[in-house]
Amino acid sequence: MLYNEPHPLEVKILTKRFGLPNSASIDTFLATEGYKGFEKALTMTPDAIINEVKASGLRGRGGAGFSTGMKWSFLPRNSPKPKYIMVNADESEPGTCKDRLLIEYDPHSLIEGMLIAALAAGSNLGYIYIRGEYRYLIDIMDRAIVEARERGFLGNNIKGSEFSFDCHTHSGAGAYECGEESALLESFEGKRGIPRIRPPFPAVAGAYQCPTVLNNVETFCSAPPILLMGAQAYAGLGTPKNGGTRLFCLSGHINKPGVYELPMGFPLMRMIEEVGGGMRGGKKLKAVIPGGSSCPVLKADECDVLMDFDSLAAAQSMLGSGGVVVMDEDTCMVKAALRIMRFYAHESCGWCIPCREGTTWLKKLLTRFHEGMGQRSDIILIGDLAKNMLGRTFCPLGDAAALPTISIVEKFTEEFEAHLEGRPCPYEHASQLVRA
Amino acid sequence: MADLVKFTIDGIAIEAAPGTLVIDAAKRAGIEIPSFCYHEDYSLQAACRMCLVEVEKMPKLQTACTLPVAEGMVVRAGTQQIATARKYTLEFLLANHPLDCPVCDKGGECELQDMAFRYGAGESRYTETKLHVDEAQWSPVVFFDAPRCILCFRCVRVCNEGMGVGALGVVNRGAVSEIAPNKGDHLECDECGMCVDICPVGALTSGTYRYKTRPWEMEHVGTICTHCSNGCKTTLGVRNDQIIRGNNRDRSGINGEFLCIKGRYGFDFYDHPERLQSPLLRTNGKLEPVSWSVALNAAATKFKDVKARGGRFGVIGSNHTTNEENFYLQKFARQGLGTNNIDHHRTGDVVTLLDSLSGTTGKLAASEDFYTKKAVLILGADLSIEQPFLAFQIRANKRHNNASVYVVTEKPVREDKIASASVRAEASGQLAAVENWRGALSGQTELLIAFGDSIKGDAVRELVAFGSSLGFPVSYCCLLDYSNSRGAVDMGLIPDLLPGFHAAEAGGMTAPEMLASPDLDVLWVVGANPLSDAPLASTSAFVVVQDMFLTDTAMRADIVFPASSAYEKTGTVTNVCGEVQRLKRANSTMGTKPDLEIMGLLGKEMGLAPVLGPWLPDTVFEEIRKTVRGYNVPLPVISTGGAAQTAPVNGRIPVANRPELIRSAHDTLFTSGTLGRYSKMLNSVIEKSDAEKSLQH
Repeated sequence: MLYNEPHPLEVKILTKRFGLPNSASIDTFLATEGYKGFEKALTMTPDAIINEVKASGLRGRGGAGFSTGMKWSFLPRNSPKPKYIMVNADESEPGTCKDRLLIEYDPHSLIEGMLIAALAAGSNLGYIYIRGEYRYLIDIMDRAIVEARERGFLGNNIKGSEFSFDCHTHSGAGAYECGEESALLESFEGKRGIPRIRPPFPAVAGAYQCPTVLNNVETFCSAPPILLMGAQAYAGLGTPKNGGTRLFCLSGHINKPGVYELPMGFPLMRMIEEVGGGMRGGKKLKAVIPGGSSCPVLKADECDVLMDFDSLAAAQSMLGSGGVVVMDEDTCMVKAALRIMRFYAHESCGWCIPCREGTTWLKKLLTRFHEGMGQRSDIILIGDLAKNMLGRTFCPLGDAAALPTISIVEKFTEEFEAHLEGRPCPYEHASQLVRA
Repeated sequence: MADLVKFTIDGIAIEAAPGTLVIDAAKRAGIEIPSFCYHEDYSLQAACRMCLVEVEKMPKLQTACTLPVAEGMVVRAGTQQIATARKYTLEFLLANHPLDCPVCDKGGECELQDMAFRYGAGESRYTETKLHVDEAQWSPVVFFDAPRCILCFRCVRVCNEGMGVGALGVVNRGAVSEIAPNKGDHLECDECGMCVDICPVGALTSGTYRYKTRPWEMEHVGTICTHCSNGCKTTLGVRNDQIIRGNNRDRSGINGEFLCIKGRYGFDFYDHPERLQSPLLRTNGKLEPVSWSVALNAAATKFKDVKARGGRFGVIGSNHTTNEENFYLQKFARQGLGTNNIDHHRTGDVVTLLDSLSGTTGKLAASEDFYTKKAVLILGADLSIEQPFLAFQIRANKRHNNASVYVVTEKPVREDKIASASVRAEASGQLAAVENWRGALSGQTELLIAFGDSIKGDAVRELVAFGSSLGFPVSYCCLLDYSNSRGAVDMGLIPDLLPGFHAAEAGGMTAPEMLASPDLDVLWVVGANPLSDAPLASTSAFVVVQDMFLTDTAMRADIVFPASSAYEKTGTVTNVCGEVQRLKRANSTMGTKPDLEIMGLLGKEMGLAPVLGPWLPDTVFEEIRKTVRGYNVPLPVISTGGAAQTAPVNGRIPVANRPELIRSAHDTLFTSGTLGRYSKMLNSVIEKSDAEKSLQH
């Protein structure tokens, strides 16, 4: 059963099997062009595969938006070390729930994506690092891997070729930080989930210090359609430099929240009004987090924007992981900032000082402020503290905590002022969506 | 060598070798880039973010501790942006840090204090409550005060990488991350205190030192540890004639930052309640306190009497007393008493090694070599346990220089973990095991061989022959037990060897022979405890003992002189590598005298002063430098607290050595011969089994 009804505006490339009966089974998969992209890749050279992915304009779906083809090309293929394919299925960004559906409904497309990456990288072994809370997905994935082995898509000399590949699942233990690629590798190797000093990047020294292709689930799942439909056709779905479609996770105060596959560069307002069925209860839009909780928020009047990496960067926010969180006029932005900071304070790994102390003290400060005990100087302090984290932390988690905070305190200063002088939160009995 | 890289920091042109980190290059150029987590010996962390610098063409601030220098790089560390970044990083650190500096042990030598003073803000903008966690005691020597911890992870690294123990880790996440010991609530480790020493703040504090004093109230005396043979410098903090702590914070010794539990905490024997503070004379079968003059007179009278009637003397010296004392003792015995019956507890076959190396130079390893040689072979010794500093050097060598380590031991040892090859062999099979590696070793270009007491006599000659046949430079270290074991051999505390390995004209009794001799008239024991494991056959022997405690031997004595400890006198000692270092007097214990003075007074009482000469350490050392082969070491090095390796004896040693008498005590990290019994700290950390614990109650 699907979590949400599909929408006619959707372009179903990655989600084309969502809703099919037994969509996770290999029979359904094979009946719907499954492993065809891989079979095409088998006939291609590694460079041709990489060039095809480059030409498709595919950019990393985990959040950073780095060109996937470029990332694959950095791998030293002539290294004598084994090469690994590593799937980042540690989806933990608040507001994001797409990788989960991809694995739940279409696990074989992930395997196919890994196979294509393995051909490009000259790898024989892959791992799928799955977020600990997604326990049930591990069972689905494991079943799919067994099926793929039984049908000869994993194992030695796949489909009579020289190429051998196998993959395994690996459970995370519930740390947001392990979604950061180097922390994921540390955790995968059985160590404490803290990021590594980079360079070297995983392409050169990843799992067990060996060259590693490390991408998000959605990124890997995008590879088969690219090979199948051709780079040009795939790229043409989106905007320039932002090829293809994207799974957007619409949540918040809208009528039809859910995961929708839309072309890159789809207008945000149409996403809210048409795909999401408009604001819940006819309320007015106040703000949108466009790409997961680590992105700067957009005010209602800034929401006339196209949803691709470059347009959002121009709007001084980020497309991130595609988690679109819509907030209506009853939302207390102080509470929203607090809720976000509570998350980051809880998830900070504790490695570096600015993030470890910054998130915790901001949480304390915002808690006090929201309770009406704030002072005018605290408003400056909140922004100041966040800026002291920004760009100074070991990994992007500090930035992820700082960016939304800075944007909220700067764009909604008047809401902070409304909490001053012991006044109760003006929104306390309104929307309960954002619970601090 | 590769060309130097040219770059600038704050406009100052700097050159550095490729691969140098900006933080190190800046330091060498006299530019301070502050940091907490960076430590040049251990892995990089980039966690504290104090060393952020601006680099041209890089959008974000960079950590100077992870950034290698590059040609033409333009670094700025003195800008307003950097000043602000440092100030706010410190603000973050101090946000949770208790401001208990007035009672904190670290106050006055705390890096966080210094940094806050130099780079920080005067006031905090935070008004929220600080996190509090109660203090915990992890071992008798390590306390942890979590709120003070800034999580620089230096302790974790020094324990894991430096010591090879890995007893510390991190638990929890985010602001409640905490350093934690390996056994949940307590440590099971070497108890070396390296974590306490390396802690930049007062989070880890020493069980012996805490709340005793402030650093500026102590006098800091750099002397040499009196326990094992490695000869580490320990800087004793002394207040009101009491030693309060030992450490090596200025890293001025051969041991750099290293100290084990013995050097750091094992000084506490000096004020043990059983410390002798008055001469004792056996009166009516009981040892009774008497004055120095009575005791000296009684001993001198007896010595003169026995000498006059041609009686048999036996003299046993110490592995802990200074070169001057050992030299003076053998002179006293040979020239004053006319006997070659002089010996000590021999712990390694230095004599055969020197004889085998006759005609060669540069074959004796210095302690530095354990860090620099490309390959090290450990033969028959549990190095981490018995020679902790040498083992530390080898670990650092492996870490920094990727040295090859080979291990041949009877039982598994810590070095196995870093070894290229390791094998188990009984003492008799160890040489054969080494011979098997001839092929594996052939790829090396140099080798250091450290061997324990399983290799002695002909085995040493075979080992040297093996080394010589390898075709590349091989150096050797004969492992010994105690702080001046080497000096005792060099100074001729052996019947047939005079100082400097000259043959004595006539032989004499060895220590076991003295104890077994039924007609021994006098046994004079200086700082040793031979009766702890062998009885004295002669029931009529008159026993004179100089010691700090009423040892098994002292209890049998007729006269006991209370001796000063190594920390209460000056003089020189020679470590396992033949490096001479000077002891500096740290404190004094009332009623005791240095062994040299006791011998001098005894000689004077006997009318031997003209023969023996003055008993001033400096004068005796001058005589040693002039007369003992190899000891003409540069005085400026010694007197400024440095170590000078003695030049080896380069010629055959014409005596029949007695390798069967060589027997190492194989002391562990927590034992130190008889001396170790009197250190409360050493005894307190020994993990007792449940059975042992129940026996105590």
